[in-house]
Amino acid sequence: MSDIKITIIDRQGEAHTIDAPTDMNMNLMEVIRSYELAEEGTIGICGGMAMCASCQCYILNFEHMLPEKSIEEEDMLDQAFFVEDNSRLSCQIPITEDLEGLEIRIAPALE
Amino acid sequence: MIKTDMLIIGAGPTGLFAVFEAGLLKMKCHLIDALPQPGGQCSEIYPKKPIYDIPGFPEVLAGDLVDNLMEQIKPFEPGFTLGERAETIEKQEDGSFIVTTNKGTSHQAPVVVIAGGLGSFEPRKPPIKGIQDYEDKGVAYIIRDPEVYRDKKVVIAGGGDSALDWSIFLADVAKEVSLVHRRKDFRGALDSVEKVEELSKIGKINLITDAEVVDLKGEGQLDAVLIRHKDEARGEELKETDHFIPLFGLSPKLGPIANWGLEIEKNAIKVDNTYDYQTNIPGIYAIGDVNTYKGKLKLILCGFHEAAIMCQSAYQKINPDKKYVMKYTTVSGVSGFDGSKKEAKREVVKSIN
Repeated sequence: MSDIKITIIDRQGEAHTIDAPTDMNMNLMEVIRSYELAEEGTIGICGGMAMCASCQCYILNFEHMLPEKSIEEEDMLDQAFFVEDNSRLSCQIPITEDLEGLEIRIAPALE
Repeated sequence: MIKTDMLIIGAGPTGLFAVFEAGLLKMKCHLIDALPQPGGQCSEIYPKKPIYDIPGFPEVLAGDLVDNLMEQIKPFEPGFTLGERAETIEKQEDGSFIVTTNKGTSHQAPVVVIAGGLGSFEPRKPPIKGIQDYEDKGVAYIIRDPEVYRDKKVVIAGGGDSALDWSIFLADVAKEVSLVHRRKDFRGALDSVEKVEELSKIGKINLITDAEVVDLKGEGQLDAVLIRHKDEARGEELKETDHFIPLFGLSPKLGPIANWGLEIEKNAIKVDNTYDYQTNIPGIYAIGDVNTYKGKLKLILCGFHEAAIMCQSAYQKINPDKKYVMKYTTVSGVSGFDGSKKEAKREVVKSIN
């Protein structure tokens, strides 16, 4: 079992530093859901296919090697709301050891 | 009026497999789907994506899975109402339900099965305060009749194909077309992007990039939008307009089903999973991704399982005086409503010595 520390600021502004497993083939959206840091039904609605932007997050520190945005992710963010320059879809970020110390904030939910 | 034994709302994999399970129990099915073809998300969104967790298929493309399901249910001759969204449901005195679509097609059945997946895809509405107050009063999310915009001022928002294509089209219809996009880059088809740039240069489209519509103005009717520029030096500008059309793609929503009096939890329909996936309204079932219960997994696999369990209960509801004994298809084969019969050849059935 190999875990990394990630800090996630929830939609209420509370920071949670959690252990995320690197050996369970999880992505960041799944980690947020597994720790119940966003209300179920408001995140990961499409199941992680970059189809809904409900898992949008803001990357707060930049020393990490995040995967390049795919065309699908770019397309989705292009149509999403509350998008900033540091927006990513958390479902498109696999949990790897490179993300040790990552800090993110979950984007607001749409009604 | 279309009459059937089991009315299924949603023609995704779970809804399609429910036709098979119902068919084994001699129940005829009719399916309603807002999409123009069966298969739900599998056909509409990711037909070429491989799925790896369908039992017996190490790998199957989503589109091929749908084709196989359609082949599997063919003997049971399901009816389809496609391209229409289930809008209303009314319980009748005899206990049956009448479900009517947005196009007015009525269907009657003793049981209704909601297999709506993520729901129907509806236009994504921008988070602008009070936007709902201007819907049909200058704000529209879909262009149904372009003539509405003839000689009017129109502001379109978005950066995808829809926003580009409608800007191009309305440039020849409307008095003035402004296209507002959050970024300089557009993600639509290259020729559409080039055409918009060209029309912008000759003044047929007012292209406003690095900006967003943040507020709407007007007393009972839209008469202006407030545009905020990314560049703080440019700040905000109030733009007079007759129409505002935000085109930000589609997002899944439960839709009208949410107003049917069903118990909704976490944007899904709550069911009794200890028995038969029935909702809080007897005679209405919910299976697949649309339902929720303790331990729910949103997998096609689970939708198939739920379809099989649900059909047993639905059969009992439709035939309260009959006793059904479950049969294996290896024993009883599959007898279609079309007169077809599939069964194992004698020589492949080993005898027990």
